[in-house]
Amino acid sequence: MSETWIDAGPAKRVGAEDVAPFEHGGRQYALYRTADDRYFATDGLCTHEQVELADGFVDGTIIECPMHNGRFDFTTGEAKGAPACVNLATFPVKVEGGRIYLKIDDWSP
Amino acid sequence: MSVFVARDYSLIGPESQKAVAAGLASAKWYAPLIPRAELKELMQRKDGPAIRDTLIWFAALFLFGGLGVYFWGSWAAVPFFIVYGAIYGGSSDSRWHECGHRTAFKTKWMNDALYEIACFMVMREPEVWRWSHTRHHTDTIIVGRDPEILQPRPPDVGSLLLNIFALKGGPIFFRKLFLHAGGRLDPEEQTYIPESERPKVYTKARIYLAIYAAVILACVGFRSILPAMLIGLPSFYGAWLVLFFGATQHLGLAEDVLDHRLNSRTVYMNPIFRFLYWSMNFHVEHHIFPLIPYHALPALHEKIKSQCPPPYPSTITAYREIIPTVIRQLREPTYYVRRELPPNASPGPARAAPAVAA
Repeated sequence: MSETWIDAGPAKRVGAEDVAPFEHGGRQYALYRTADDRYFATDGLCTHEQVELADGFVDGTIIECPMHNGRFDFTTGEAKGAPACVNLATFPVKVEGGRIYLKIDDWSP
Repeated sequence: MSVFVARDYSLIGPESQKAVAAGLASAKWYAPLIPRAELKELMQRKDGPAIRDTLIWFAALFLFGGLGVYFWGSWAAVPFFIVYGAIYGGSSDSRWHECGHRTAFKTKWMNDALYEIACFMVMREPEVWRWSHTRHHTDTIIVGRDPEILQPRPPDVGSLLLNIFALKGGPIFFRKLFLHAGGRLDPEEQTYIPESERPKVYTKARIYLAIYAAVILACVGFRSILPAMLIGLPSFYGAWLVLFFGATQHLGLAEDVLDHRLNSRTVYMNPIFRFLYWSMNFHVEHHIFPLIPYHALPALHEKIKSQCPPPYPSTITAYREIIPTVIRQLREPTYYVRRELPPNASPGPARAAPAVAA
């Protein structure tokens, strides 16, 4: 499989312990930055009712869906309890030269 | 002359299909623009306020329950049980609600623990109501989709009156408890509870029945209803407070609109009501941003009130609107209260309900 890293913009667009949206190829992603400056990416829509996670709340490594408070660990994509019951897809991320890159051809469900 | 046809409020009837066809199911709702940094600040979780409130809440339960037991057998016990019932069977509604959203406390287990306790007190099966409330937030007051519409149009005043003491809702709760304990859901519940979560429903229903059986055994053993006055019956004799607060949320407002400013009420309440109701009187705000904890809703209200209809200045003011509206809907079921947005507010994606409005 070829390695395709997509430029998702400047790293600073994601605040500390926060989430930001990213769209590529008609698909929505969510980019995360932890309080200790680690970056992660998941599918942009909650697996429960397809609500945009970028409007949600980041607490540690948990992203909480803005509509129904479904919770996921964004470092693994694991659903952490109802109404989130299906894991999120996660994507490898790297930061180089102050920009975030997302590897979208190598994802884990 | 048009003939009014009563709508089907069930989740498995034609109104459900109509709501989906009309784009009202799982739709995009109005939300005011708030800078992300401000929203993030409002969403911050804290343990402190909810721990304080919960300690006071349990202390009040033990105090008034204890005094009720102390004076048991005399009329002096009555006022203490009235207060105990209101706390146990009434204010547990807001605890159930806030902890169900997992916003009351920062610590997850604290939310979950109080959620389970409050669910039992207010006669709401934890898993069933978690999913029911999820649907309520997706499709708020959308006929055929929302399982938590308090009253249809025309209203069923008999059920409203019976529910002052949970005499309509209580028997339904126990009927469903036996159904679930037998490993089954009713057809409506099957529309919103995923397969993977159903075993939890059945297990908890059996636990509930075991608790009620233990209370009955205690009553028989002590030859007194006092154990049931403390556990079980308060869900009935304290239910009036659930209705008192709950009716202010949506009753008499528009159906089938995609704007919580038009189908929900924000009502200013005094500090005692705010404590008992955990600030759910800011109900427009809660529906627009369910991630924001109860203790931050007043601050959210200040930020978005210029975009919302004027809040009701008191609970009495709200009831001066609700009671005449319910009475009028008995003879004029298409009538509802139309909330006016401020002139400079975004109209949002609201749909005008095709009915007579105030």
